[in-house]
Amino acid sequence: MKEHEALAELSSIRSLMERSAKFISLHGLSGVLAGIYALIGAYCGYRMVYQAGTHLMYRQYYVNDQTVIVKLSLIALVVLFCSIGTAIILSTKKAKQKKQPIWNAASKGLLIYAGIPLLTGGLLILIFLYRGYFGIIAPACLIFYGLALVSGSHYTFKDIRWLGLSEIALGLLAAWMPGYGLLFWSAGFGVLHIVYGLIMYYK
Amino acid sequence: MLEQFNKAFESRIRLQIMSILVANESYDFTSLKELLEVTDGNLASHLKALEKEGYIAVNKSFVGRKPNTRYEATKQGIRAFKGHLEALEKLIKQQK
Repeated sequence: MKEHEALAELSSIRSLMERSAKFISLHGLSGVLAGIYALIGAYCGYRMVYQAGTHLMYRQYYVNDQTVIVKLSLIALVVLFCSIGTAIILSTKKAKQKKQPIWNAASKGLLIYAGIPLLTGGLLILIFLYRGYFGIIAPACLIFYGLALVSGSHYTFKDIRWLGLSEIALGLLAAWMPGYGLLFWSAGFGVLHIVYGLIMYYK
Repeated sequence: MLEQFNKAFESRIRLQIMSILVANESYDFTSLKELLEVTDGNLASHLKALEKEGYIAVNKSFVGRKPNTRYEATKQGIRAFKGHLEALEKLIKQQK
């Protein structure tokens, strides 16, 4: 066996180990688009919560109007479904390009390990909504989403772990400073997604 | 030098199977087939050979009515795989 043959063998082993264990069909653009949806959603929410004239300052009044809460939840759900839909469509496209199955051991792992914190967080937030703990919802969204990314990152790109850790940090800050929930929410789901999406896209 | 290369890994597909099993806790037949782009018969015969060497363990179960066969690398298999990689690396260093 020659040197270049040995090198080729080693690099093919390496790539196979990566491809078998990691879901690499995630598309950077789906992060960017998810960020844009979140910013649009946050703007709609902002228009709804803050009356004209007030700025992004600490609110003296508390959001507890039932219809506003329902509308805000609907906006968040629409953003969530658009983001997931975009991610699935773009990933399927990328997987086809790379001739990889979209449903493989790595994507299953990603779904299960990201799904557990995500589902837990989602249910907890629904319980908070039901019981009227509105102040804790924005930080909880960020923290549980961050935990889901960190836990799923084992099955995909390493950058996802950093995105997750940033979301957790933002979530904790948001919990520290109640009243700025919407601002932190847009920073976490909007700005961070766009930044990390662009980083992944240009890699 | 050449003796250090493991005979069981002379076949490229067997080495590829081992790389996947070392990187993952376990892997099922269909996913292996899709990743390696080989036929059922070809993959099965290589898996059988690795099983005979004691490098992989087979775990058969059913998901509903469908058979689900999962493979995992044994300790012996992981040791053999690492030895083979070291031999490859040595070869590269020697020729530099």
